[in-house]
Amino acid sequence: MGSATSELPSHRTPLNDTAETGLKIVVVGGFGVGKTTLVRSVSEIRPLNTEEVMTQAGVGVDETSAVASKTTTTVAFDFGRISLNERMVLYLFGAPGQERFWFLWDRLFSGTLGAVVLVDTRRMDDSWYAIDRLEHHRTPFVVAVNRFDDDTARYSLDEIRQALALPAHVPMVDCDARVRQSGKDVLITLVDHLHAMAIAEEATL
Amino acid sequence: MMRKPVDTGDPDRLYTVTGGRSRADDSFDLVTLIVSESGPVPGMQSEHVRILELCRHPTAVVEVAAELGLPITVVRILLGDLLDTGRITARHPRAAPSVASLPDSALLQEVLHGLRNL
Repeated sequence: MGSATSELPSHRTPLNDTAETGLKIVVVGGFGVGKTTLVRSVSEIRPLNTEEVMTQAGVGVDETSAVASKTTTTVAFDFGRISLNERMVLYLFGAPGQERFWFLWDRLFSGTLGAVVLVDTRRMDDSWYAIDRLEHHRTPFVVAVNRFDDDTARYSLDEIRQALALPAHVPMVDCDARVRQSGKDVLITLVDHLHAMAIAEEATL
Repeated sequence: MMRKPVDTGDPDRLYTVTGGRSRADDSFDLVTLIVSESGPVPGMQSEHVRILELCRHPTAVVEVAAELGLPITVVRILLGDLLDTGRITARHPRAAPSVASLPDSALLQEVLHGLRNL
């Protein structure tokens, strides 16, 4: 367990002392679609990686027993950070979108502002489950199509919307996850969408 | 369909660090900001010491976990210890508590401003 004193890693950039509100947005999508790249391009810190221990079959079982420990699984995820102003800090989580991770979403990402579904047109199938899950939870989301250089088909956003059976009210945007401005634009598209929804909701009160 | 584990967990490590406890304080969200209210004292567990050092400036729970290389649940247990003894304070997120509800438009407007000014 190391010594009682430990040094801070030199790369760590502390938050402003006035920071008081943490917010979160989740970036979901299939393997290799560019989630971490997107997080990296907009994050003010080098993306960090952490893990959570999931006791999936622990219901009804004493969690401290040896039996329960056999059902323990760890899941890793990446995140980055954006200081929005002196009080608000936004965390971006890159989460795997596959079905086997659904319990991770439910446990960790409740209370997120919304989600970005990152789509690779060469592997569109990977996006279906994520979209289905978000709709089920009524988590607002936008779809960002990460345009890869070797994507020769270049399906239009309309074609992709049809392929994904996306309702008309879900915003779609092209992006290049490697480019900071493009990543920023994706987030702005999402928050713009959330803002419009909140205004509409407040108007009915 | 069989759900495949991503990785095989190492519960031994968890139980050593937490002294056998496995139930975490759920009030710590991933983005709850932790602030140290006092310095470490001699004899304190090394993980507690590291948290107090890290959180001299506000630090989100998820960042604490990443910096310590420990799972979120373990960190929540350790944070619970420090909160109970008054050594840290927690700044909880004020975003919508439930998945299906939106935060108010004023907050979202502020987020938009922040993003546009980056």
